[in-house]
Amino acid sequence: MTYREALRLALREELARDERVFVMGEEVGVFDGAYKVTAGLLDEFGPDRVRDTPISEEGFVGAGVGAAMLGERPVVEIMTLNFLLVAMDQVVNHAAKIGAMFGGQVRCPLVIRTPNGAGNQLTAQHSQSFDQYFAHVPGLKVVAPATPADAKGLLKSAIRDDDPVLVLENLRIYTEKGEVPLDPEHLTPIGRARVARQGRDLTIVAHSYAVVRALAVAEKLARERGLEAEVIDLRSLRPLDMETVAASVAKTNRALCVEEGWPTYGVTAELAARVQHACFDDLDAPVERLGMAEVPLPYAKSLETAALPNEARLERAALATLELVPA
Amino acid sequence: MSRRAPAPPAPPAQALAEPASLEPWTLLAPDGTLAEGYRPSLSDEELLAAFRLMLLSRTVDQRAFSLQRQGRLGTFSTVEGQEASVVGSAFALDPARDWVVPQYRELPAMLRQGYPLTRFFLYFRGHPIGNQMPEGVRVLPFQISLAAQIPHAVGLAWGLRQQGSDAAVMTYFGDGASSEGDAHEAMNLAGVRRAPVVFLLQNNGWAISTPVAKQTAAQSFALRAPGYGFPGVLVDGNDLFAVHEAARWAVERARAGEGPTLIEARTYRLGPHNTADDPTRYVDPDELRARRELDPIVRVRAYLRARRLLSEAEEEQLRSQLMDEVNAAVAEAEAHPAADRRHIFEHVYADPPPRVRAQRERATAGEEVR
Ligand SMILES: Cc1ncc(C[n+]2csc(CCOP(=O)(O)OP(=O)(O)O)c2C)c(N)n1
Repeated sequence: MTYREALRLALREELARDERVFVMGEEVGVFDGAYKVTAGLLDEFGPDRVRDTPISEEGFVGAGVGAAMLGERPVVEIMTLNFLLVAMDQVVNHAAKIGAMFGGQVRCPLVIRTPNGAGNQLTAQHSQSFDQYFAHVPGLKVVAPATPADAKGLLKSAIRDDDPVLVLENLRIYTEKGEVPLDPEHLTPIGRARVARQGRDLTIVAHSYAVVRALAVAEKLARERGLEAEVIDLRSLRPLDMETVAASVAKTNRALCVEEGWPTYGVTAELAARVQHACFDDLDAPVERLGMAEVPLPYAKSLETAALPNEARLERAALATLELVPA
Repeated sequence: MSRRAPAPPAPPAQALAEPASLEPWTLLAPDGTLAEGYRPSLSDEELLAAFRLMLLSRTVDQRAFSLQRQGRLGTFSTVEGQEASVVGSAFALDPARDWVVPQYRELPAMLRQGYPLTRFFLYFRGHPIGNQMPEGVRVLPFQISLAAQIPHAVGLAWGLRQQGSDAAVMTYFGDGASSEGDAHEAMNLAGVRRAPVVFLLQNNGWAISTPVAKQTAAQSFALRAPGYGFPGVLVDGNDLFAVHEAARWAVERARAGEGPTLIEARTYRLGPHNTADDPTRYVDPDELRARRELDPIVRVRAYLRARRLLSEAEEEQLRSQLMDEVNAAVAEAEAHPAADRRHIFEHVYADPPPRVRAQRERATAGEEVR
């Protein structure tokens, strides 16, 4: 099953399981969703459970907050993460804070799902991965599945969670295939990382599409150089599972942190700080970081590829972490 | 305003100043006849230039669509069906002082302001210079973040006032974009500050697959204007003359310091949302057929023929000229040297900080971006 189908299955199962669950967003009904995740749901569940909205992100995210306060379980689709900025106030100042500010009297079981990422020539404003903008905020949970199984398991956990959860999907993983547990009660717990590949020579920590890249590079390093990289798929950015990361670094003694977005003040900055603290005595080399070039993403394919943390750059960063090439 | 085009007083200001009517104002009937008593403000020469631009736009749409299908151009949105709305309004502007602030479906308005067609092809080939405007071209680039251009237009209009100019700013947006908070906030601001701006809302029936009825419960977008304290006008967006007269009136108001105007040009998107869309999934073919009958180009052509301003043979010749023009722009864009890695770091800062400078140097030396 593809990542996209796994997400759809999660939505279908949760819509069927719990009457309070409903889906809303731009083009989620007749059009099947901007990236076809909600295909068929309108026919199956009707327009009250699958609601097309006007182009008013702040309005319908805010309405999602309101409905969630009442105990409904809104699953809001934002066409791409880029457009969530328009609704930032509702997410950061409201969804994330209402539980604490109202003394715990109300919860906000809101899910926002949206693809992040670049690589489809969607230019500077439509290609962003500002995962850290949201992972920065106490009160929010942020998950970023990298496989079809986790796409299903994490989305289901998010829908059942009593706190607001941002589910970061990814444009380039939608078509990836993988085994997906069909048990409707199979959930992927939020806040637990996954060892995506075992290795002894270095640890590559990644999330979302960077996991796909890291696995490809790890295979290449093994094939061509006999180097075994361990790849950690974070799955959840907040809460962050440092135990799994630290256990891996204690074994390999070297860490490379990769993200698709800008590294300055990014997810990898947080990881590097935590790894150097948790693993100070284990480290044989400085923690390396890799992300996108610190520029608005160019439109041309060749420039876009060059600016992203492509496999060549990732391989070089891995070799630098191993002190086989200069950092 | 009364139903079908009244014999409009010249200038049509009086008719337009009344509260928005729920019937679009029409001056040129689908069969090419003018409303009784109406004399166009456009001279015959201007009218021919406007028609030429409408045809050029259609030619670009067709050529660019096929280039996109061949993988020679990125995803873009055609203008098809909205030529009267875009061209009629653009012709109310003086490119030497007024500004166009587009969404992404208004290429002909940009061209009239002096944006070179070659740049359009360069932009959709991913070249960084595609968005650069030559000196003196008063146009902002396409805006894909919906409605973000509307507050920009208001600020631009304020700025122009502050600089002592009597210029007007025309900003375009769709029925879909009108649902964004930015649209509301910008119009309210403009009303309060009497900014010299014309809000040209192109209601083309669709926002991707979302029909207008799901975008608003109101009968007309023009009805919003009184709530902001300025006039709203509903015009037949497939009528070059009606759009033009309304826009002209609105621009004059802006120049005279009377503040903003909202024009709803009710038109119809004849093509897909963009080259990645398949509208057959959601557009009723009968409706599309009926809408094709109201093609804005057909209407102006009928008028030109009746007035003997452009014969069939002359139009044939014009078409082949336009095709040459478009092909030349494509060839020029394709011959343009491709951007190299250095461009990634250009223009991010006016004064690049050390890290960016170092990255740029490495890229210039042909190394991987780091
Ligand atoms: C802030 C934001 N939200 C959503 C989108 C996705 N989107 C792109 S075009 C479009 C429809 C716009 O419709 P409309 O404004 O009516 O213009 P039209 O394409 O019909 O000319 C949508 C929803 C976007 N680009 N920006």
